[in-house]
Amino acid sequence: MPQSAEKILDHAPLFREPEYRQMLAEKKLNFECPHQDQAVTDQHEFTKTWEYREKSLAREALVINPAKACQPLGAVFAAAGFERTMPFVHGSQGCVAYYRSHLSRHFKEPASAVSSSMTEDAAVFGGLKNMVDGLANTYKLYDPKMIAVSTTCMAEVIGDDLRSFIENAKEEGSVPRDFDVPFAHTPAFVGSHVDGYDGTVKGILEHFWKGKQRTEASGTINIIPGFDGFCVGNNRELKRLLDLMGVSYTFIQDASDQFDTPSDGEYRMYDGGTKIQDVRNALNAEATLSLQHYNTRKTLLYCEEVGQATAAFHYPLGVQATDEFLVKVSAISDKEIPEAIRLERGRLVDAMADSQSWLHGKKYAIYGDPDFVYAMARFIMETGGEPTHCLATNGTPAWEAEMKELLASSPFGKDAQIWAGKDLWAMRSLLFTEPVDLLIGNSYGKYLERDTGTPLIRLMFPIFDRHHHHRFALMGYQGGLRVLTTILDKIFDKLDRETSKTGVTDYSYDLTR
Amino acid sequence: MSLEYENDGALHAKLIEEVLSQYPDKAAKRRKKHLNVAKSGEEAGDEGEVLSECEVKSNIKSIPGVMTIRGCAYAGSKGVVWGPVKDMVHISHGPVGCGHYSWSQRRNYYVGTTGIDTFGTMQFTSDFQEKDIVFGGDKKLEQIIDEIEELFPLNNGITVQSECPIGLIGDDTEAVSRKKAKEIEKTIVPVRCEGFRGVSQSLGHHIANDAIRDWVFEKRDVEFESGPYDVNVVGDYNIGGDAWASRILLEEIGLRVVGNWSGDATLAEIERAPKAKLNLIHCYRSMNYICRHMEEKYGIAWMEYNFFGPSQIEASLRKIAKHFGSEIEEKTEKVIAKYRPLVDAVIAKYRPRLEGNTVMLYVGGLRPRHVITAYEDLGMVIVGTGYEFAHNDDYQRTAHYVKNGTLIYDDVTGYELEKFIEGVRPNLVGSGIKEKYPVQKMGIPFRQMHSWDYSGPYHGYDGFAVFARDVDLAINNPVWGLFEAPWKCRPSRGRAMAAE
Repeated sequence: MPQSAEKILDHAPLFREPEYRQMLAEKKLNFECPHQDQAVTDQHEFTKTWEYREKSLAREALVINPAKACQPLGAVFAAAGFERTMPFVHGSQGCVAYYRSHLSRHFKEPASAVSSSMTEDAAVFGGLKNMVDGLANTYKLYDPKMIAVSTTCMAEVIGDDLRSFIENAKEEGSVPRDFDVPFAHTPAFVGSHVDGYDGTVKGILEHFWKGKQRTEASGTINIIPGFDGFCVGNNRELKRLLDLMGVSYTFIQDASDQFDTPSDGEYRMYDGGTKIQDVRNALNAEATLSLQHYNTRKTLLYCEEVGQATAAFHYPLGVQATDEFLVKVSAISDKEIPEAIRLERGRLVDAMADSQSWLHGKKYAIYGDPDFVYAMARFIMETGGEPTHCLATNGTPAWEAEMKELLASSPFGKDAQIWAGKDLWAMRSLLFTEPVDLLIGNSYGKYLERDTGTPLIRLMFPIFDRHHHHRFALMGYQGGLRVLTTILDKIFDKLDRETSKTGVTDYSYDLTR
Repeated sequence: MSLEYENDGALHAKLIEEVLSQYPDKAAKRRKKHLNVAKSGEEAGDEGEVLSECEVKSNIKSIPGVMTIRGCAYAGSKGVVWGPVKDMVHISHGPVGCGHYSWSQRRNYYVGTTGIDTFGTMQFTSDFQEKDIVFGGDKKLEQIIDEIEELFPLNNGITVQSECPIGLIGDDTEAVSRKKAKEIEKTIVPVRCEGFRGVSQSLGHHIANDAIRDWVFEKRDVEFESGPYDVNVVGDYNIGGDAWASRILLEEIGLRVVGNWSGDATLAEIERAPKAKLNLIHCYRSMNYICRHMEEKYGIAWMEYNFFGPSQIEASLRKIAKHFGSEIEEKTEKVIAKYRPLVDAVIAKYRPRLEGNTVMLYVGGLRPRHVITAYEDLGMVIVGTGYEFAHNDDYQRTAHYVKNGTLIYDDVTGYELEKFIEGVRPNLVGSGIKEKYPVQKMGIPFRQMHSWDYSGPYHGYDGFAVFARDVDLAINNPVWGLFEAPWKCRPSRGRAMAAE
């Protein structure tokens, strides 16, 4: 009997005990009708070949293990970044359960959102009644300052019109007439979560800015972070830098406190976020900066329309990307970059110089959201690494063009390949046929690590199977240090593992590296 | 080992009244029917085993805007019933999200070479784009099936899990499935589990069950020599290895488990099910439909059992054995005796650390009742329980488990659950990932009772030891004593909802 009260075995050791191994072997043999071992081995080997890769890349319809989610997830995340705002998703209710679970599994935090719980009758008659009742209930129960409405694909397919529905609900008294209910249509069959983010932020700005005249530019800078699983660490780090510079700024959408509430006995359904009044005032900002271009394409166009200067970055991470961001902020705000920040920069460069021999020439596969992949590829090249495979399932032709330009700007990018719209099953083939030293992505990459043996570094949303990484910044020079250390740890751990065999390889098991 | 206790029904009635007072009138009226305090069965005039009555309305539409915890029919079919069938490719047919959020999240353990002969932890989607909505996705589905065949030739079949748009745009996934199944000579199962159907996961279970009946049974010749002790285990999804920790016991008492539905299952195990002698059903809610069908059509009896905690395991083993007669009964007594020292040692170790601790549960289809006795075996007290998607017959069955005064909440809303927990202040809450962090922030220990909080198994004797360990480590961790900064008084709890 494998189990005992003294040493309780859970699944990982328990099922490796002989009783269970035998049981499972017999189950397979007697009841599963498995394929012949040889057939499985042959197919397994075939999937590692160039021929399989070509077949897989030629797929036109089937998508396998895509690295993207759907629009309303971005909408819910975006709404969570505003003061006492309840995300309200109009459509089927199961979707909302999924978004909440997904965000909670990554942040290890509560994630609140409500659904209008449309069912078959609403599919026939439309979901107006659900909107009317839903807004009333949310308003009464959860005491929000704002309810940000988005849609599931069900509501989009039947064509529910949010503007008129919300208007109707207000007329019926679901919420007070002057209560803020911004909205965005977020069809899941268009784009991905980054577009849902974009639409929602734009919807909120339009709600507060429409029909208002810009007064004289106030010298303030608006900053839109984009969908960022590391918002907790990143937003705080950027604020620290901006405070050091003495810049006046407003984060438009900031979920850093909402997804990092303390444990002190009180459950805060809402915490932090951009104040409603600050969103109103943000109309008069000098400029709006986006930290992630592909998350804010529509929003920035709108900001331009109202007369603001705009600039977009690709997840400012590493040396030059942070430089560019700070120089831009300095130019707009007319504030100098203080010596303290120059010293920080120097420390990151110092660290990179200290470790360069371990990084030079290393090959990487990077996947994730478009701006993140751009940022990582750029930083990898700064360290002397080569971003061999750059993949974004939600990457567009415009992203591909920008990536090409970036990779052409450095000799370390000359062998790099860009994979826009491809999925992680394609990545599996790429890693088998053109192997790399390290894989950078999110938790889903662990299957690639298992299959191909490529060590995975988790730096991108979602991270389910490691805790608290998102609490530390990746952006800025400090963030660069963290990314650098994480990569180095992975390299050294792997080297130690490979050289640790006593009396066989441990001559290279060096104490100092 | 049943515990004798009674819960504070007056407090619970007051809590119900308080939460209802916060709803708009219309919603309060609807929610009132879902909340109740279990009354003593004798008072209610019942006899026999029924300890109490927990009459609430169930399986009706959730109210918009209240933060229901429920999921959808797709979650019930792809996420629960079909997803674990390991040697089939399950297509999340529609936009990308549903398949993405449910990808690898239910911990249905299986053995196989993923991507080659098994496909459980993969996400196959037709990733619908606008043009698919406008022009329909049937052609795309045909092409997807061809591409699956080319890249994954060792798949033993395909299911098409419909997402919301499919039913709305009028695609004919049945016709495509029929046509392609003929072409590739494999089983293809269209499942009409669009998320807007029904009121929760529950209808998805039912639709998935019906799909087994209509698209799997009697579709292919099954060569299988059946034996006198053949059973199917139905409704065990092998979360963290639950079905394995159950199977080992059933085999030990002399039964032959010819199919496990659907954790670690192959299509073959489902196809041959009608040849078994008895269906043993663990999750009644999600799979009773197909058991009833097999009873009607093939005359196979079915029996509910409960493998959570030694009291229920013993009772269930004996009940199962009785069905097969003295030979199995004798073996069963030996098995029970064999595990008795383990049970005694686990209880001796943990009961003193857990005795008298109170527990509130809110889970899915069977656990709100099934796990109660496992806690009680450890000396713990269940003060409240409720289901996301139960039907009336589940609440009837719950009455056998709960004590007088227990707080009962059906399709609880985020608001209600928080207020109930705040009012009751249990020592442990067992619920899902969405509930975990709010509860922990209040300083109350929590265990996920869907995923076993990434632990498990919890079924069987081996699982009970893990369960006891996990409950102990949740409740007796030192972190709960660190919440208050020594220079601050604790903020009043009543402000939790209305922060700032």
